[in-house]
Amino acid sequence: MLSLILRRLVHCTILFLTSVVLTYALASTALDPRAYFEGRQPPPPARVVDAELARLGMDDRAPLPERFAHWAGRALHGDLGPTIDGESVNAEFGRRVGVSVRLLLIGTVVGTAVGVLAGMWGAVRHGRPGDRILTVFSFAVLCVPTFVLALLLKTGALAVNRAAGSQVVLYTGEHTPGLQGDWTVQLRDTAAHLLLPAICVALPAIASYSRYQRAATLDVLGADHLRTARAKGLTPGRALLRHGLRISLVPVSVFFAYGMLTLFTGAVFTEAVFGWPGMGSWLVDSVQKGDVNSVVAVNIFAAAVVLLAGLLADVLHALLDPRVRQP
Amino acid sequence: MRAGGRGRAVLRRTVRRPGALCGLAVLLVLFALAFVGPYLSPWTHTDVDYTALRQPPDARHWMGTNRIGQDVFAQVVRGLQKSLLIGLLVAVFSTGLAAVVGACAGYFGGWTDRVLMFVVDLMLVLPAFLVLSVAAPRLRDRSWIALVGLLALLGWMVTARAVRGMTRSLRERQFVVVARLMGVSPVRILWRHVLPHTASFLITDATLAVGAAVISETGLSYFGLGVQPPDVSLGTLIADATDVALVYPWMFFFPTGLLIAFVLAVNLVGGALRDALDPKTADGVAPSRATVPSGVSG
Repeated sequence: MLSLILRRLVHCTILFLTSVVLTYALASTALDPRAYFEGRQPPPPARVVDAELARLGMDDRAPLPERFAHWAGRALHGDLGPTIDGESVNAEFGRRVGVSVRLLLIGTVVGTAVGVLAGMWGAVRHGRPGDRILTVFSFAVLCVPTFVLALLLKTGALAVNRAAGSQVVLYTGEHTPGLQGDWTVQLRDTAAHLLLPAICVALPAIASYSRYQRAATLDVLGADHLRTARAKGLTPGRALLRHGLRISLVPVSVFFAYGMLTLFTGAVFTEAVFGWPGMGSWLVDSVQKGDVNSVVAVNIFAAAVVLLAGLLADVLHALLDPRVRQP
Repeated sequence: MRAGGRGRAVLRRTVRRPGALCGLAVLLVLFALAFVGPYLSPWTHTDVDYTALRQPPDARHWMGTNRIGQDVFAQVVRGLQKSLLIGLLVAVFSTGLAAVVGACAGYFGGWTDRVLMFVVDLMLVLPAFLVLSVAAPRLRDRSWIALVGLLALLGWMVTARAVRGMTRSLRERQFVVVARLMGVSPVRILWRHVLPHTASFLITDATLAVGAAVISETGLSYFGLGVQPPDVSLGTLIADATDVALVYPWMFFFPTGLLIAFVLAVNLVGGALRDALDPKTADGVAPSRATVPSGVSG
């Protein structure tokens, strides 16, 4: 088990480092920070732009390997360089990472828990109205792009607020700026802001996990060992929980790593639509500004999250399926 | 796949599902709308009618007009056309790439397999949307074909994995071993003996990939990174109408409704095809594989 984790860890580290090099190369060749400075009013002299770009380490006249070596040398000491506006990427990263992690964590926990439960319920009620409704619901959710889902939620919130004549549902930002009060007031405020984005991130996850879990549970329901468990006197529910759940979770755990990819992309859109200052909206802003270092920082975060999810999925798989643990 | 009997059986099992029939009908209507629609309306997607700004739907403008007086019907039809074309092309390219890479990795094994799978792993680490958004500004000045290439390049990995798995088991089968011993070239073996056996999976996957590609394209266009003005796609139309969705609902709900209808229809047909092609599902028995529409952007 330990050697399995170690092997995966080495594999993940190689993947991570390669992806950082590739994204740096992609971001510095595809983005155009010079245009950001030249587009200012009044346009600064070329000399000033050159000096500023050189100071930021984004000078497109310097060869790419040289720029990368400069950036990597600082990155190895934990400094991800300056943003295009001359501030520290690390500080911005610190400000935003909590917002994104909160959203991703809620999406993962609620998505997997509710999705797995709903999927099992659907499989047990196979073919009955409850199962049909669940199937139609999850299918419909999966066919709506995340940004449309977010927009619909926001439009719904606007309509509710207009009908009620006051701010019943909050839909912009992740807390009310300048709110006075002790921590209970703050907490309630944050929770109120979290509601719609959380629904928006969790719904697609619930829908897809429930589909996978439903199919996996249906496969297990017909298995011989479950019939034996029933024959020995276990109730259907107990038999399924004790002998079926673990097996049906194996294919779902494999899906977990891919699920994180979709979740991350969903979070990008959710943050942009609801105006959350997270990694996703940072990415969109920095791509538009041509801010190479910030884009690379978001990439590092995304790669780390996805690889961590992959590692977790591997460990989960090994825990659930003893055959994997054998060398 | 070549035998007429199997094809007909699959067709029969597909159309027997009411969902698949509905999906096919909706797809036909949408295609007709996208390619015949421009000839029905007197307006084109760039025409501006200064006498009708922000008009609700009426006899002159079937779906109303937008803020600067452009006909929403003409725009929606044009956007639908673009989105459909992008979706179809991306699906064809990405499934083709997945078939080639997956079959090669599975058949040759060894270092070919290791290198190709490392590439697949690497491309899976980064959310495709991230790469797309970074690379998209560069493509702004190029035509939308570049966008198709980019979307295809980022959507083939999971399918390639599945094809690799199938090829590995096919490689040990007798007809492949015999062909190899007879000295048939690997390319010919892959083309004649391996790929036809993955065809049913590939067809299904391509269908589902159409929906995924359309979702990705609209997502990119929503952020202003995809199709560029004056051209329109469903994504740009939705993005433009977002902030006025409640005041002028026709600008928002027509493109959004068509987008959802299209993705839903494609996924219904793809799901039914998958069930019909899967030998494990007898008619009337629940599908044993999960029917999940896949998408780059959720």
